Amino acid sequence: MAEVMQAADGTPLKRSLARALRRQKMRALALIAPLLLFVLITFIVPIASMLFRSVENDIVANTLPYTVEALADWDATGTDLPPAPVYEAMFYDMFLASEAKRHTRLGTRLNYETTGMSSLFRQSGRNMDDIADLSYEPLEDLDDAWDDGETWYALFNTRGVSDTTLLDDQRKRVARLSGAAADAEINFAPDAEVSALLPLAAREYTAWAVFVATQNNRDPAERDPWESVAPALVTDLQRADLSGYVGPAADMLRAAQQANLPVPDFTQEFGAMDEDWASLEPWQTIQTHSGTYTSGYFLNAIDAQKTPDGVAWQPEEKQILLTLFGRTIWMSLLITFSCIALGYPIAWLLANLPMRQANVLLILVLLPFWTSLLVRTSAWKVMLQQQGVINDVLVWIGLVADDGRLIMINNQFGTIVAMTHILLPFMILPMYSVMQTIPPSYLRAAKSLGATNWTAFWRVYFPQSVPGIGAGSILVFILSIGYYITPEIVGGTKGVFISNRIAFHISSSLNWGLAAALGTILLAAVLVLYWAYDKIVGIDNVKLG
Amino acid sequence: MGLPPYATLGQRIWYYSFRVICGLIFFFLVAPIVVVMPLSFNAQDFFTFTPEMLRLDPEGYSLKHYRDFFTNPQWQLALKNSLIIAPLATIISVTLGTLAAIGLSQSHVPFKGAIMAILISPMIVPLIISATGMFFFYAQLGNWMEGTLGLDKGFVGYVKVILAHAVLGIPFVIITVTATLVGFDRSLTRAAANMGAGPVTTFFRVQMPLILPGVISGGLFAFITSFDEVVVVLFVGSASQKTLPWQMFIGLREQISPTILAVATILVVISIALLTTVELLRRRSERLRGMSPG
Repeated sequence: MAEVMQAADGTPLKRSLARALRRQKMRALALIAPLLLFVLITFIVPIASMLFRSVENDIVANTLPYTVEALADWDATGTDLPPAPVYEAMFYDMFLASEAKRHTRLGTRLNYETTGMSSLFRQSGRNMDDIADLSYEPLEDLDDAWDDGETWYALFNTRGVSDTTLLDDQRKRVARLSGAAADAEINFAPDAEVSALLPLAAREYTAWAVFVATQNNRDPAERDPWESVAPALVTDLQRADLSGYVGPAADMLRAAQQANLPVPDFTQEFGAMDEDWASLEPWQTIQTHSGTYTSGYFLNAIDAQKTPDGVAWQPEEKQILLTLFGRTIWMSLLITFSCIALGYPIAWLLANLPMRQANVLLILVLLPFWTSLLVRTSAWKVMLQQQGVINDVLVWIGLVADDGRLIMINNQFGTIVAMTHILLPFMILPMYSVMQTIPPSYLRAAKSLGATNWTAFWRVYFPQSVPGIGAGSILVFILSIGYYITPEIVGGTKGVFISNRIAFHISSSLNWGLAAALGTILLAAVLVLYWAYDKIVGIDNVKLG
Repeated sequence: MGLPPYATLGQRIWYYSFRVICGLIFFFLVAPIVVVMPLSFNAQDFFTFTPEMLRLDPEGYSLKHYRDFFTNPQWQLALKNSLIIAPLATIISVTLGTLAAIGLSQSHVPFKGAIMAILISPMIVPLIISATGMFFFYAQLGNWMEGTLGLDKGFVGYVKVILAHAVLGIPFVIITVTATLVGFDRSLTRAAANMGAGPVTTFFRVQMPLILPGVISGGLFAFITSFDEVVVVLFVGSASQKTLPWQMFIGLREQISPTILAVATILVVISIALLTTVELLRRRSERLRGMSPG
């Protein structure tokens, strides 16, 4: 029976070793952890937030919650307008949204899908008060007390049993609408009895109270509610049974019910406000894009659109983004090929010269590599301009007439020349490191066996240098499809890439969802290429300088 | 690889024309950078050589663009910002990066591949995508810092840009320091421990001096990344954090001013100095580790 090996302190050696190994692992992880955490927070989370932005679409449901709910059953592919409850829900949603000044944001969002939505929403927001006044004024004529905020407050505020569900729902509604927390303390709670009796009016009054208390920091007891409570009250009174009600304003309510005040015909009022509301299109747009997550931005990114009938493509001449994707790939390929053509002879020369000379020439490659990107881009602007150095030289030699100066900037030519120059070191360095490992004796052997110079090069040397070309090409291609600065400065309108479009949507058109979707597509392309690079070369072989 | 005496005429022609082709490509690589330098001394506000300059007339040359760079408040603000942001970002990436590289070089690290992929990713992802993601996230982060922590707006702006630049520089530190650690002889730390040195002493007295060249050149890479970076600054920062590249970018896109060429020349001189430093450090590191200088 073999004895169990023991460490100095008497524990079995196996366990002692395992513990040492575990401790070593822990120490390694403890060293890595701070950086890992740092990169996760400052880099990975932002990238994830971009991915999320590209599908996020809660703005429709947040701004128009009741409309989205009411629209759910409507058949968007049919020819009938949505039923009356949809228009009613739209009124209350739009009223609150326009008070919170959030309706224009939704209009902008929906305008990406259907042009005209932005102005429709902006105008409608202004007209909501007029519709509410249709009920508010008769109510006020009936009894001046309705014009007084205290009447409303006394009517809806709790008298013991409060409706906490309603209050929480309205807090959520306001928070989702305004994008800010709505859980501050409120000097109001809806009374359960009244909210059962007058559900719509209680809902709208509570929404108002939550809004003024949490967003404007006002006491609802001292303010007059918005006019939207009037149509809600009138609507409730049509079916409310007031016989058992003895609370505040009971007589005023009975009088209002007796008077049988008119409820605004929301369908008609919306149609009169803007005839678009009497057409199918805005409703189809709202319903199609009412989901919390959407593929809409991705479809837009490839020049398609979500419609009630499925995916529709933009007409050929309007397919800007597909053209841009195509151009990005095509120009990146051109840049990669010019880099191969210019880089191969240099790499060959460097690999075959004696070390001392090669090191001197290598500095000429490394100098541009180390020079600021903006310096090189401005240098190309200086070189390529119509009044620039190249044109001056050509005119001076007499190759080009002074009035026939070449246009070499603000077009594809400018982008290709400048980017070839900027990316050339990334092609030369990997090629050079591969070519250094090819023994020159192979070429001599081939020649001594009777091969011509060309055959020896093409059949013996070139195949061995292919890994270098592959590594350099993938690197240059990946770098060039994501380039922004150089195309922006020397590319004009014809020589820009998809990245310039992303920047445009971030800073000018503010269509962030589309920018995120374009970025996600580009990221996916780059990751696939890197995966290929890893398979061919290995990420670990990335070398600097 | 000289030309053998028995080379045919065709071979001779090819030999010399190949050299000429290579010379032209080297010219293509260096010419734009070299052309910028004399133009920056232009006495006129042109981006091209004036007849006076071609005649080498001293009248055609002046230092006025340099004077503009050193007196114009816009450029001075940009220079100041660059000199605040780049060093701080470098310090963060070098400190965290070196520690992590030492951790990664240990023999038993779980999930090494995945960790490495995450740490290298800021270099892999195209800048425009990093900038887009950061634009979304850092705006919220900034609001949170201003709102919840009550920090000053300008300060938060700098913090955002510095964090963004630090993470962009990290892959370079990781790559150079792990490369240096590959040749590090572990028996040295064991010997130090054997003679009674604690882990901290061992690190600072034995390991650090040996990997210092790698750390410094990683730091230089991180510095140049931040110093030369414009996309992320444009997206994450605001006008009060504008850096030199930002000011150059705006200058190139909107009002063209020859001061850009003066700045460009200064930056080229700086990059030559950095290139020399890195090259010297690499040689020193290889000599220290007993490798042949390459």
